[in-house]
Amino acid sequence: MSRIARRFAALKQEGRGALMPFLEAYDPDPATSMAILRGMPGAGADLIEIGMPFSDPMADGPTVQLAGQRALKAGATMAGTLAMVRDFREEDQDTPIILMGYLNPIISYGPERFCVDAAASGVDGLIVVDMPPEESQDVQPFAMAQGLDMIRLVAPTTDAARLPSVLKNSSGFIYYVAITGVTGTRSATGDALRAAIPLVRQHTDLPIAIGFGVRTPEQAAEAAKIADGAVVASALIDKLASTLDSEGRATPGTVRAVLDDVRALAEAVKA
Amino acid sequence: MNQPLQPNSLRSGPDAAGRFGTFGGRYVAETLMPCIQEVQEAYDAARQDPAFEAEWRWLLKDYVGRPSPLWHAKRLTEHLGGAQVWMKREDLNHTGAHKINAVLGQILLAKRMGKTRIIAETGAGQHGVATATACALFNLPCTVFMGATDVERQKPNVFRMKLLGAEVVSVTAGAGTLKDAMNEALRYWVANVHDTYYCIGTVAGPAPYPQMVRDFQCVIGDEAKVQMQEAIGRLPDTLVAAIGGGSNAMGLFFPFLDDASVEIRGVEAAGHGLDVENGHCASLTGGRPGVLHGNRTYLLQDANGQILEGHSISAGLDYPGIGPEHSWLHEIGRVKYVSATDKEALEAFQLCSKLEGIIPALEPSHAIAHAMAIAPTLPKEHVILINLSGRGDKDIFSVADHLGVKL
Repeated sequence: MSRIARRFAALKQEGRGALMPFLEAYDPDPATSMAILRGMPGAGADLIEIGMPFSDPMADGPTVQLAGQRALKAGATMAGTLAMVRDFREEDQDTPIILMGYLNPIISYGPERFCVDAAASGVDGLIVVDMPPEESQDVQPFAMAQGLDMIRLVAPTTDAARLPSVLKNSSGFIYYVAITGVTGTRSATGDALRAAIPLVRQHTDLPIAIGFGVRTPEQAAEAAKIADGAVVASALIDKLASTLDSEGRATPGTVRAVLDDVRALAEAVKA
Repeated sequence: MNQPLQPNSLRSGPDAAGRFGTFGGRYVAETLMPCIQEVQEAYDAARQDPAFEAEWRWLLKDYVGRPSPLWHAKRLTEHLGGAQVWMKREDLNHTGAHKINAVLGQILLAKRMGKTRIIAETGAGQHGVATATACALFNLPCTVFMGATDVERQKPNVFRMKLLGAEVVSVTAGAGTLKDAMNEALRYWVANVHDTYYCIGTVAGPAPYPQMVRDFQCVIGDEAKVQMQEAIGRLPDTLVAAIGGGSNAMGLFFPFLDDASVEIRGVEAAGHGLDVENGHCASLTGGRPGVLHGNRTYLLQDANGQILEGHSISAGLDYPGIGPEHSWLHEIGRVKYVSATDKEALEAFQLCSKLEGIIPALEPSHAIAHAMAIAPTLPKEHVILINLSGRGDKDIFSVADHLGVKL
């Protein structure tokens, strides 16, 4: 059983959904993002998503775009992101880590080498935003060979006819994109999610996490109840950005501010 | 559009997966996937419909002013002292460039699909102007995404788009050029897919765009083939066209791909020079394959797979990618891809203006520059056909600036 499956099974025993906070690797610098990553499990993260910075994040709104630019300016690379996971794993063997990003840096690194190195570093799953199932041939076989979960996006535009082909060869969990739009812009209503999630459930036994537009503790708690988990990204990055100095550098309060928000989200999800 | 193909034709692509060899495809987020498929199905149906083609052909004739003339540039030929230089005058189209050919086809498709809003990206502003024009004609609201840097260096076209009733969104992300405009258009499309059609300006993006834009632009090469036969009784020996994304080039080249006697050359923007890091936009000669904007193709990128901005004096060539069919034609060797620098393009811009009384856009000035380089080495019977893809009115301010002239 993979680390992701174990974690979702344990949470099911507890009778609650998962909180999955997101951080962009190297935002705003390697040491600060490493400190946030290390602090997340203690603050209540059940699983953690790490963004792999890319120059052209097509599905992301301004918040994640700026995070990526800060990270690249701070020297982010795929190798550096994997090193963060390796360091994290020295202290934490249980919290699943999912890498989320875009295909080109993976192609550039070499898909097979990337999957081998990711698995060896302690990564559990991959979300590649611009790699729909139709185009997954270059990465999927290597990910499966290394035991990495391939986590697929399901969107409000994904209809019942298309759903089975999206779910085929998916593993870990399903990432439900709550809105037709980019990250950090607007939020879906609880009613819309209560209508959408059961339709996806009809086609899969995998856990479902909701992301895009989940910002507040209340929204996270609701999403984690309707589905099996909630992903919070832009709201945490906005908090991080609000603590930076005028030149975009971390201040003494940066790490604590982000982790305090993670704690508030976790308390709401666990309540 | 639907001629039977001989066996082993180079004109049979793309395959069902939207690929030309290993290039192309549909690399988009899941939210867009069903919409891309909807565009594909609508286009497949439209291209089989004679009424669709008839309406498009009527617009090309009575609104755009096609066929565009074929011009024998005798003074330029004489000056160069070698091969004959001929020009396909896409600059004489309504709106001043070839972009309108594919825009009208796509707007008719959008109407067929029941879409009520149009978005487009633009670099030099030619595609934006063409889209704003068609939207005015068909009474459709239009939003054009344009990089902030390009808004600054292409002011006349920004004003034209606004006159035509379009909203121009200045994109400040990245370096504020064409790639950033395309990112932002894709983001907007994801959020508005239910009623919005994305009118892409070049032969790039997810399938079916590379094929669809090519098919519409083939009117250039189809006409040129007939016009050359009428003028000299045979096909030209060499085709030359400038390449950013590559739509004017694909439109000229495609009808000639199976004519083995015709040598084909695409000219990329060498900017400050191919040896200047991040100082050019020559994706094929200075890049390597990767995935951006929905397709697998040659890209300018750093060692970590981050996309570079590139540089060209021409806003229309300032793009780090290239249409996937060009990547394929490059790898199989059917088309030879070369480059011209900013300086060479500026010289060609001035020479063409003085000798032919034609002020070319900076984009086709790169093609003219290459013709200027090869013509003197070739015999007088040799015929070079340049795609003069647009007129230079929009560029006079930036050219004056480069020449140190205050207007």
